[in-house]
Amino acid sequence: MSLIEIKKLNKTYEGGEECVMALRDVDLNIERGEFISVMGPSGSGKSTLLTILGGLNHPTKGDVMIDEIPIYGLSLEKLADFRREYLGFIFQSFQLIPYLTVIENVMLPLSITQRTNREQVKMADEILEKIGLAGKATRLPDQLSGGEQERVAIARALVNSPPILMADEPTGNLDSKTGKEIMDLFKSLNKEGQTIVMVTHNPENTSYSTRTISLRDGRVETVASKMKSDYPFARMEEQNIS
Amino acid sequence: MRLKDISINNLRRRKGKVFFLIVGLTIGITTVVTLISVTRMMNEDISRKLDEFGANILIIPRSDDLSLSYGGMNIGGVSIDAQTLKDSDVPKIRQIEVRENVSTVSPKLIGVTEIQGRKVPLMGIRFDEELRLKKWWKIHGVEPKSRDEVLLGNEVAVRLFRSTGDHLTINGKPMRITGVLDETGSQDDFLIFSDLTFAQETMKKSGALSLIEVAAFCNSCPIEEIVRQISEKLPHAKVTAIKQTLQTKMEALDHFKKFSVGISIIVLLIGSLIVFTNMMASVNERKREIGIFRAIGFRKSHVVRIIFLEALIVGLIAGIVGYALGLGVSHIIGPMITGMKGGSLFIDPLLALGAIFLSSLIGILSSAYPAIHASKMDPTTALRAL
Repeated sequence: MSLIEIKKLNKTYEGGEECVMALRDVDLNIERGEFISVMGPSGSGKSTLLTILGGLNHPTKGDVMIDEIPIYGLSLEKLADFRREYLGFIFQSFQLIPYLTVIENVMLPLSITQRTNREQVKMADEILEKIGLAGKATRLPDQLSGGEQERVAIARALVNSPPILMADEPTGNLDSKTGKEIMDLFKSLNKEGQTIVMVTHNPENTSYSTRTISLRDGRVETVASKMKSDYPFARMEEQNIS
Repeated sequence: MRLKDISINNLRRRKGKVFFLIVGLTIGITTVVTLISVTRMMNEDISRKLDEFGANILIIPRSDDLSLSYGGMNIGGVSIDAQTLKDSDVPKIRQIEVRENVSTVSPKLIGVTEIQGRKVPLMGIRFDEELRLKKWWKIHGVEPKSRDEVLLGNEVAVRLFRSTGDHLTINGKPMRITGVLDETGSQDDFLIFSDLTFAQETMKKSGALSLIEVAAFCNSCPIEEIVRQISEKLPHAKVTAIKQTLQTKMEALDHFKKFSVGISIIVLLIGSLIVFTNMMASVNERKREIGIFRAIGFRKSHVVRIIFLEALIVGLIAGIVGYALGLGVSHIIGPMITGMKGGSLFIDPLLALGAIFLSSLIGILSSAYPAIHASKMDPTTALRAL
């Protein structure tokens, strides 16, 4: 059983007189340990796909199963709990709470759990250490560089050890050097077994992932994957899915 | 970290916005506390004045002949009346069971005398008792100490073209004017005050009295009971509680109370409105933040709690500061309104708790809609759906 299973996914946005079909009949399976890039031009539906996968956006039709749980069968509150336990989110920008320090931001997902303060601080310290921001725990976000802020966001997304990491344009606001550092980080996390689903419009980023899914006009256009063993210099096998 | 830390840190690190929020609510609470404190001061002041100064019981002869009025109350006629009050009645008043409640007994004889061919009302009093009764009298000069001295009411002095130090003749007797009263706005302005015995002799009514005014404390004993006991001792007299003295003063206080309530409601509503609009603006500004909370896995109830906690903290601070300020302001303006000297600054724990509770309640109620609005924000639109 795949970690993520999507069947016949459809999403229609109704805006006044117009109906926009953001996603049409998308079928997708994502296995544990994969690093997926979702690519496509703007309007292709990749953002919609991510939000639906993330339990943030009800599909118009179709099923989303994560770890064999039909997530859209859950109540809104249970879905919130599910997100907390299963998913780590990295958003495009402005994702840190400006009035919380680095470590407080990282502890955010833990603040609504039963964990004691001491446990929370320990978990946060560990992940900050891993991410390379151990010395900046008490800084506020506006005292950090773009790359550092991104790292804090990654730390926050990972502090609860969620099975799936969801990232939306993680390098969108970064210069190429910092962007590369972030992608290297993702790569090393994936090597340790972290499942990652990343939306990006930067083709260079896809070289870090194990599989690339291209969307156009709401449909899956191509799925390109690398052999895991040859990563990152594997041959590309292209499959066309109609 | 807990939810409360999110609320606290938001308030701590965004002081500018919080400041206006607190100020609005604080002004409301300060106003309410000030009004309550000043009302209390006025109440105390009136009670004290009622208890210590001014008569609250009037004793007149039982009579159907009403031809003279004093202080708006009709007193017995000047004509010969079988049931006059006498000097001997006075000590009886001090013999009632609750005599410790009797503060001042001031007997009076009212009549008409002739001065320079004009008829002028003359009132014979015992100056020491009357002055205890009428603390509001302001005398230009001094009170009469002997039987050939008189005190003039303001209007009389004007009409007779006399002032302190002058003389006048009453029924042939030369009298020295030792003092003139400041205008009181009452019947007293039109009277000449002389020693009681002199008045009794001059009017040829030895030992007689027109009325007796009594000031009694009613704290431990209701005034009706005191009236009843005096009536028992003086069966030939009509004893009444001067409710109107009490009434006008109480009415004034009552008006002030109603006014205070009205003002308080308005001011608190404005405070609520300030909290509400500020919270709504704040929540709208924090769309992204709330989107992040929701995406991370915060339930709606978590988001509501964060907003409520912020409002509660603001309410608590506004309550404490509002109470302290209210205490200070009432300490300054209270004496101005009541004429009392500022007493010691004492902290009423009940009022303090009430102020803090009210402030917190307003904070929470005013932020209810913003909080629920925040929790319902669709995370995708809040994050500007990427």
